[in-house]
Amino acid sequence: MDIAIQISNLDLFYGAFHALKNVTLAIEKKKITALIGPSGCGKSTLLRALNRMNDLIPGCRITGAVLLEDKDIYGPGIDVCELRKNVGMVFQRPNPFPLSIRDNVSFGLRVAGRKNSAGLDEIVEESLQNAWLWEQVKDKLETSALDLPLDQQQRLCVARVLAVAPDVILMDEPCSALDPISTAKIEELMLELRRRYTIAIVTHNMQQAARISDYSAYLLLGEMIEFEATPQIFENPKDKRTEDYITGRYG
Amino acid sequence: MRIPPRNTQALAVTLLAGATGLTLAVLVFVIVFILGKGLPVISLGFLFDNPQEMGKAGGIFPTLVGTLILPLVAILIALPAGVGTAVYLSEYTGDNLATRIIRFGTDCLAGIPSIIFGLFGFIFFVTTLKMGWCILSGALTLAIMVLPTIIRTAEEAIRAVPAGYREVSCSLGATRWETVLKVVLPNALPGIVTGIMLSIGRCIGETAAVIFTAGASLRLPHSVFDSTRTMAVHFYILAREGISNENAYGTAAVLILSVLLVNSLSYWMMNRFIARRTK
Repeated sequence: MDIAIQISNLDLFYGAFHALKNVTLAIEKKKITALIGPSGCGKSTLLRALNRMNDLIPGCRITGAVLLEDKDIYGPGIDVCELRKNVGMVFQRPNPFPLSIRDNVSFGLRVAGRKNSAGLDEIVEESLQNAWLWEQVKDKLETSALDLPLDQQQRLCVARVLAVAPDVILMDEPCSALDPISTAKIEELMLELRRRYTIAIVTHNMQQAARISDYSAYLLLGEMIEFEATPQIFENPKDKRTEDYITGRYG
Repeated sequence: MRIPPRNTQALAVTLLAGATGLTLAVLVFVIVFILGKGLPVISLGFLFDNPQEMGKAGGIFPTLVGTLILPLVAILIALPAGVGTAVYLSEYTGDNLATRIIRFGTDCLAGIPSIIFGLFGFIFFVTTLKMGWCILSGALTLAIMVLPTIIRTAEEAIRAVPAGYREVSCSLGATRWETVLKVVLPNALPGIVTGIMLSIGRCIGETAAVIFTAGASLRLPHSVFDSTRTMAVHFYILAREGISNENAYGTAAVLILSVLLVNSLSYWMMNRFIARRTK
């Protein structure tokens, strides 16, 4: 098993609230790992711990280790901005900037100091193609990203992440704002992206986790209850609490 | 006894329309009155000639220049300081006792009558720092006066930028400063421009703080170390000393028209900026 991210004994506090309790988990390279569990179980918090987005929340404290390629991302000498370029994130609601489609995709590169040169256009095209959006938008790259339909906006957000060339992509309920057809398209895209990227996804949708993920982790009240290959967890869960949740008997 | 909803609705509409009508009527009356008395006085000569006999005859050219320069210098000083403060307060500090005191302080500062700022400017810039009556003393004083307005409007505008934008920007590897430059400030611009416009309006219309600090010289200023007279001050002196009511109205009309011009210009520039960002 080729590990991309090794989470070891991770504890996370929001002020006095103990949000994650001694979580240990290995995310395998070029696989899709799903984090499932009821609302408030800490799955989004866990996802955001992987690119230090929790740093933005005042009062958030972390102990334990998150090793990315054997380097602790909470250790000294870590450039958080570089880390986030390496571990990209797609959010729950499609959230393009109120900029043109082109400027949205090239945002990460322009921040990194790349000037508007020919190379930039190529990366924009490649990223949009890899997010399956190029055909739909190639003739209107200068128009506002906010005019796109929701599912295309979400794929634009994927393209925006791809443009900064990450190794890992974190997805925080990327389909929860989309209809079933758009959801299917994003899921198909994820399966395609898995060939080149390591993906971790938070989802509320059991079927989605079962359809696309290779591994599933079930979290409850900040504790990791079970982490197994997805067919195993859905067909033969070891823990009673996991079984209750996936069969819909939970609360 | 209960009034039927249909009647209360009609009553509400009447009252609201009445309030709007009254406001409009007062506004239109003031503008029409001033322009009616002032426009006949305005001519190219009035705009571009030097005044004679303290403004009894001749034009208002030096005061036009003074009105242009003084607010401009004041905004140039107040804008970086004000927006910088707003960015620091909203992006780099949490909501703690210190920032709450700063906010309370700026709110109090905003309510202080301009004459107080004028006195302060006179004592500090003009006498203590021995800068004398000059454009720089006046502009510094006006800058202090409008700082609270700029800080608060900029802060509101910055807070109104969706938190999600900052999150995405950070998640794409931008530092906080890059996020401020590329995401927060461009999106807060309309609000910031509103604050600038309000401030320019206050500077253009200010008399008390200006007389004490920039003086009231009718000569054309050659540098920021010369004294100057703004249109508002000119109008005040013409009317107060009974020099020329006619020219006072003329000056007032030019004043109103310039405020109109400044506001339309900033709206136009802002819309162009927004349109250019998202074609």
